[in-house]
Amino acid sequence: MSEGYSILVDTSKCTACRGCQVACKEWNQLPGVPTKNVGSHENPQELSAATWKILRFSEGKQPEGQAFWHFFSEQCRHCVSPGCMEQSEKDEVLQDEKTGAVLFTPKTKDLKYEATRKACPYDIPRKDEKTGALVKCTMCFDRITNNMEPACVKTCPTDALEFGPREKILDAAKKRVAELKKNYPKAAALNADDVRVIYLVTDDPKTYWKFAAGK
Amino acid sequence: MTNHWVDLKNSDCILVMGSNAAANHPISMRWVMKAKENGGKLVSVDPRFTATSAKADVYAPLRSGTDIAFLGGMIKYILDNDKYFKEYVVEYTDAPFIVGDKYEFSDGLFSGYDKEKRAYDKAFWALKRDDKGVPERDPSLQNPRCVFQLLKKHYERYTPEKVSEITGTPVPDLMKVYETFAATGEKGKAGTIMYAMGWTQHTVGVQNVRVMSIIQLLLGNVGMAGGGVNALRGESNVQGATDAALLFHILPGYLPAPDVSVPTLADYNKKHTPKSGDPRSANWWQNRPKYVASLLKAYFGDAATPENEFGYAWLPKLDAGQNCSWLNLFDAMYNGKIKGFFAWGQNPACSSANANKVRAGLAKLDWMVNVNLFENETGSFWKAPGMDPKKIKTEVFMLPCAASVEKEGSITNSGRWAQWRYKAANAPGKAKPDGDIMFELMNKIKELYKKDKGKFPEPILNLKWDYADEKGHFDAHKVAKQVNGYFLKDITLKDPAGNDLNFKKGDLVPSFAFLQADGSTSCGSWIYCSSYTNAGNMMARRKKDDPTGLGLYPQWSWCWPVNRRILYNRASVDLNGQPWNPQKAVIKWAEGKWVGDVPDGPWPPMADKEKGRNPFIMKPDGFGASFGPGLNDGPFPEHYEPLECPVPKNAMSAQLVNPTIKIFAGEMDKHLTCDPRYPFVATTYRVTEHWQTGLMTRWQPWLVEAEPQNFVELSEELANMRGIKNGEMVKVSSARGEVSAVAIVTTRFRPFKLGEVTVHQIGLPWCFGWITPKDGGDSSNLLTPNVGDPNTMIPESKAFMVNVIKA
Repeated sequence: MSEGYSILVDTSKCTACRGCQVACKEWNQLPGVPTKNVGSHENPQELSAATWKILRFSEGKQPEGQAFWHFFSEQCRHCVSPGCMEQSEKDEVLQDEKTGAVLFTPKTKDLKYEATRKACPYDIPRKDEKTGALVKCTMCFDRITNNMEPACVKTCPTDALEFGPREKILDAAKKRVAELKKNYPKAAALNADDVRVIYLVTDDPKTYWKFAAGK
Repeated sequence: MTNHWVDLKNSDCILVMGSNAAANHPISMRWVMKAKENGGKLVSVDPRFTATSAKADVYAPLRSGTDIAFLGGMIKYILDNDKYFKEYVVEYTDAPFIVGDKYEFSDGLFSGYDKEKRAYDKAFWALKRDDKGVPERDPSLQNPRCVFQLLKKHYERYTPEKVSEITGTPVPDLMKVYETFAATGEKGKAGTIMYAMGWTQHTVGVQNVRVMSIIQLLLGNVGMAGGGVNALRGESNVQGATDAALLFHILPGYLPAPDVSVPTLADYNKKHTPKSGDPRSANWWQNRPKYVASLLKAYFGDAATPENEFGYAWLPKLDAGQNCSWLNLFDAMYNGKIKGFFAWGQNPACSSANANKVRAGLAKLDWMVNVNLFENETGSFWKAPGMDPKKIKTEVFMLPCAASVEKEGSITNSGRWAQWRYKAANAPGKAKPDGDIMFELMNKIKELYKKDKGKFPEPILNLKWDYADEKGHFDAHKVAKQVNGYFLKDITLKDPAGNDLNFKKGDLVPSFAFLQADGSTSCGSWIYCSSYTNAGNMMARRKKDDPTGLGLYPQWSWCWPVNRRILYNRASVDLNGQPWNPQKAVIKWAEGKWVGDVPDGPWPPMADKEKGRNPFIMKPDGFGASFGPGLNDGPFPEHYEPLECPVPKNAMSAQLVNPTIKIFAGEMDKHLTCDPRYPFVATTYRVTEHWQTGLMTRWQPWLVEAEPQNFVELSEELANMRGIKNGEMVKVSSARGEVSAVAIVTTRFRPFKLGEVTVHQIGLPWCFGWITPKDGGDSSNLLTPNVGDPNTMIPESKAFMVNVIKA
């Protein structure tokens, strides 16, 4: 397999504008769903057939007392060895040779939903109740195979999202972590060797999102 | 903005205060993050820990309405610790000017105060001037009556402890902000400020901006790349709207609106054209008569002649002292004095402070024309909750209009860049571009005046109104060209070097330097002159060349004035024209000419005793002013409490609130201070997902799912006190109204310790309205007070008192 592509999600540059969340719905023509404010700006609350990307908001106090507010643009990690694919018997789940994108085909309706979801370390797959198929982020497969960045990357105002050949992204991640470590000793690239969507964090990953670094 | 969005990346320290740029100006953070990557610091000062704070190197909380105390303390810190940029302060600012003997300040009041009128006689604050009218100065800054020493004396009282007692900011946090920002006073460093409505929507709004301007002058940050004083405008084209003078007090290009005290053009020019006896002062406004005459020629065309003073008599005149700003207009409407109202591209039923009064006022109208994209709370006020349509006489006409992408024209962003936009799609149904609606409306009015001979028909009938294309539609290019201006006859003028320049009748004027006071040029807005020339539409340019490397992009769109990207850039160089920061040189004097940005005028550097000019060319004396004797509430910013505040006394003086504010006294103008029924400080703000009142965004499912309902953010401590759980519905009320909201209990709001007293603050967005979405709630402007800044009358929506209880 070629090296394919990767996305770098530098949470230190994310300002929670949610452009990525909306751009994902716009490009993929996913409907807005009815929501309620449940005491947080985070909405929708759950990934679903209509929501493939959610900006997670997480706040609290540092040990020294000052507030933190972490933002985490959650989506499929497009794993190098995808857990969801292990559930696949024929070609329900594909991993594209050229890009590395992990794709759910309509045949995923034949997969066991709960088992597939469980097999994902990041709890990403969801079932489309209408078709029975499983759905998730496609890395904007239709865009990246036509010389365009994924919609979320394209819209990000602060370049917190970066798309490119995996090698370059891995290199950029390494450099950025080294830089961030000067001020944030906990800075890390999460599971960089195993995933194509690599999150950079400056704090304990669990303070961002419960599955930030996996279940 | 003195600078522009891209320029933020050049800053060594960005203070975000009075704004939450990350949420409300998301794209700005692109450049803020680049500044951070280059080693710049981000400082966030806000009552609430915001998305901007989350990215900041330094965060400090402050109680809403106490910014002058906070920044007054910074002035003291800068002066006490010699952090100011001395050469800049002495050579480029008014710090050495001697203030006249009548100026005094005592216990919160400046000299010249008239208690009855609640106003000052500003003559008490005049500068000492020599017989030529040039300010007397002491370059040693030692004279006890010089601006520098008076400034020092004024802010002596703003000790960290006193400031902390007022703002609730812990002293160590204050000091961290002061140290970080004051470090930009070093030669070659630049700090900038990003502010918005968090500063302006106060009864001390203008002085909030002034106190920061003083800091920027002391630190030598104005004119520099990465410096300046930067207002983040709240709508994509609000800068353009201000330039075009959609306001009562100015004509296009910041020319004062005429009033009855200046019945003739000669009177107007005499009153509004500043004089300077200093040959080294460019005193740019001395050109005002040229701009006014050219504007009148643009309005009235051939009917404007020297004999009739170019139709000056046809301009409407304000009554003496008349103030037609927002709060006064809606007060007049509420009192039945206004019969008809065009609500055009706005939603005052949700956007206005004390929106209940506005909604009641709309019911007193005979008619309203509501021009907008969607049904909204203003046009449909008559069926709002609590309204009885049977009892409302107002006839409402809804005119659907085209959205921004459905029409052609320019928008001017906060950085003064006028960018041409093309039409991407046709408007749906019979919706028309605003320009077409106005054009047809005026044609109809002209027709009626012609037919029915209305009162005072001259301004209507003589109005030059030839902006249609061949199909009879409004032509944005024709208007843009008229805004730029034409030569109206063949004329020979001189260029700065003294060479002849020949222009033909009908040529577009290449720059405002060529505008004339004799009626031989027309120009709709002098600051836009050179935006559309014989060479083409400069606003439509899209070249990405960046010769300075600073991101000025001189051939991308067009920037007023004369494509100058950084204002006051003559202050970015020393007396010899060499940049204070050679690595980020905005302009530079090299081999007898300026290179870089378009300089603030063609003159050589100040070291040239004969031809050099003082750097702040828009000020009559040519210097940056720390002392502001023209404002209604005093020449130095002073801390006063908001009209509604949680403390019975101002810790700084005997004056609790700004002594010059206008307090409305009708039955719907209630306000309460230190009232146990409304014990908590409140502020309002916007969210990224909804634009202004949400009129355009509340119909958009992707945005509504992200921010579906009105909410109130409050501290864990306050929630405990009131037994409120996260996510529960609560009621927030003020003396004026009540809204329902979902409680967001957060550690990002913390109680303030003001000395021994604990004060709680909450915050709500104002983007919701009863029309849509269902269960979205209503506008938080039902709570806000209708009291304004004494200079601008901008309402104090950012600091008022409320109660919060479980619903």
